[in-house]
Amino acid sequence: MSQDGRKVVITGLGVFASTGKDRESFFDNLVNGRSGVRRISLFDPSPLSVQIAAEVPDYNPTDYFPAKRLDLLDRFTQFALIAARETMESSGLEVREEERPRFGVVVGSGMGGVQTFDSGCYSLYARGATRLHPFTIPKVMHNAPASQISMEYNAQGPSFSTSTACSSSGHAIGEALHLIKYGQADMILAGGSDTPITMSMMRSWESVRVLATGNGNPASACRPFSADREGFVMGEGAGILLLEEYGHARARGAKIFAEICGVGMTSDATHITQPSVDGPARAIRLALEEARMRPDEVDYINAHGTGTPLNDLTETEVVKRVFGEHARHVPISSTKSMHGHAMGATGGIELVATVMALERGIIPPTANFTRPDPQCDLDYVPNQAREKPVSAAISNSFAFGGLNAVLMVRRLKADSD
Amino acid sequence: MDVESKVIEIVTREQHLPPGTVKRNSTFTELGIDSLDGVNILFAVEEEFKIDIPDAVAQNMKSVAQVVDGLTRVLEGKDISDLVAIAKSGSPAASH
Repeated sequence: MSQDGRKVVITGLGVFASTGKDRESFFDNLVNGRSGVRRISLFDPSPLSVQIAAEVPDYNPTDYFPAKRLDLLDRFTQFALIAARETMESSGLEVREEERPRFGVVVGSGMGGVQTFDSGCYSLYARGATRLHPFTIPKVMHNAPASQISMEYNAQGPSFSTSTACSSSGHAIGEALHLIKYGQADMILAGGSDTPITMSMMRSWESVRVLATGNGNPASACRPFSADREGFVMGEGAGILLLEEYGHARARGAKIFAEICGVGMTSDATHITQPSVDGPARAIRLALEEARMRPDEVDYINAHGTGTPLNDLTETEVVKRVFGEHARHVPISSTKSMHGHAMGATGGIELVATVMALERGIIPPTANFTRPDPQCDLDYVPNQAREKPVSAAISNSFAFGGLNAVLMVRRLKADSD
Repeated sequence: MDVESKVIEIVTREQHLPPGTVKRNSTFTELGIDSLDGVNILFAVEEEFKIDIPDAVAQNMKSVAQVVDGLTRVLEGKDISDLVAIAKSGSPAASH
């Protein structure tokens, strides 16, 4: 199939995360290496071996929603709506009536409304309830954020959810890119939301033995690419971007944060949890191919960088395989070291960080880097943010289940059309 | 508290309405209660009174008075087959 299509740009950014409830405080905290990881406050974590997570602090839903509306919103949908509001505000977009069928919403989530489902099941199994609340289904369903956002902004075009664990946002944003590129829509709010910090989810991950412990010092628990890394830290949040057809954005005089120029989606097709080198490497190559760029033109990689021994080793191999000699020179950082692993939201949150790095010429660091691992021997931007012009960057998402989505953004060339 | 006062209290609470808004003769339409709100109110009524309202009866509850009357008969263990018969000619409470 022809790669030709319409140019797509990013004209709005919104984020709601443990490291910041808006994009400015979020990026400021990342650049200064401030962690959002703390002791869990959503429930009493005392029985857990891992008692820390990257929670959004001091969150009061009624600051954002009237009581009647809240009845129908699980926490993950609340976060998606809050992020989408910032995205719309930052974009200055006012959708005309006749444009509504060309305006869509694609939001990924790995776990969906697990807070609602968890408390419902507790009533059912532990307290002997004989019925569950009728709002359970509309709150739990993975498409609740896409639907609620479409209702809030009267977006009548293509809207749906994606669910590919840690790659949910990557697939959502990649699909949004192609919907606009190939003419199905002109504007799409795209990203992800997840709020999986529940007792049941923590117990589930605990037994997989991939979580960092670090109860005594939460802020430094997540140490991607560092020799003493222990695993990932569960996070929550939402990251939503406005993707817009370039001509439409230019005609309304929109501020353009970046061009989104490629996505690569592949499947390892090997193992349900263990990542391969081949699948992610092919995903990066496909993103480059779509963008028609060479590997040595990439000057920042926002890593999947979970901080598990296996991911970081594999991702390092992936970068070496795709980038060759350039792998030694390209800065790679894992912002998960600070905002944790927000599951299906993480790709959206990280693309916001990547676009802001590109826009401002500041690469956020990999925090908590204590000592190099001989097998992870690339430039992970340890501990200190780096001022460096970034003209093109990729953001990696590699999910449990071997499903990979790599997004590519670049500065919009002043003279390009 | 009598059944009517309790139903009015539940509708007021679940719809987040100002006290005094809900009357015995209020219809769900007048109160802005849509199909999903309706099942929510019936759920709250079932929880409050620890009863089950049969689907066919629930479909016929579209006003405060209908809820109060239907509920009173369920609570008193009276024959509700005529309510079921009426409901069978109605439309389902929600689609999808």
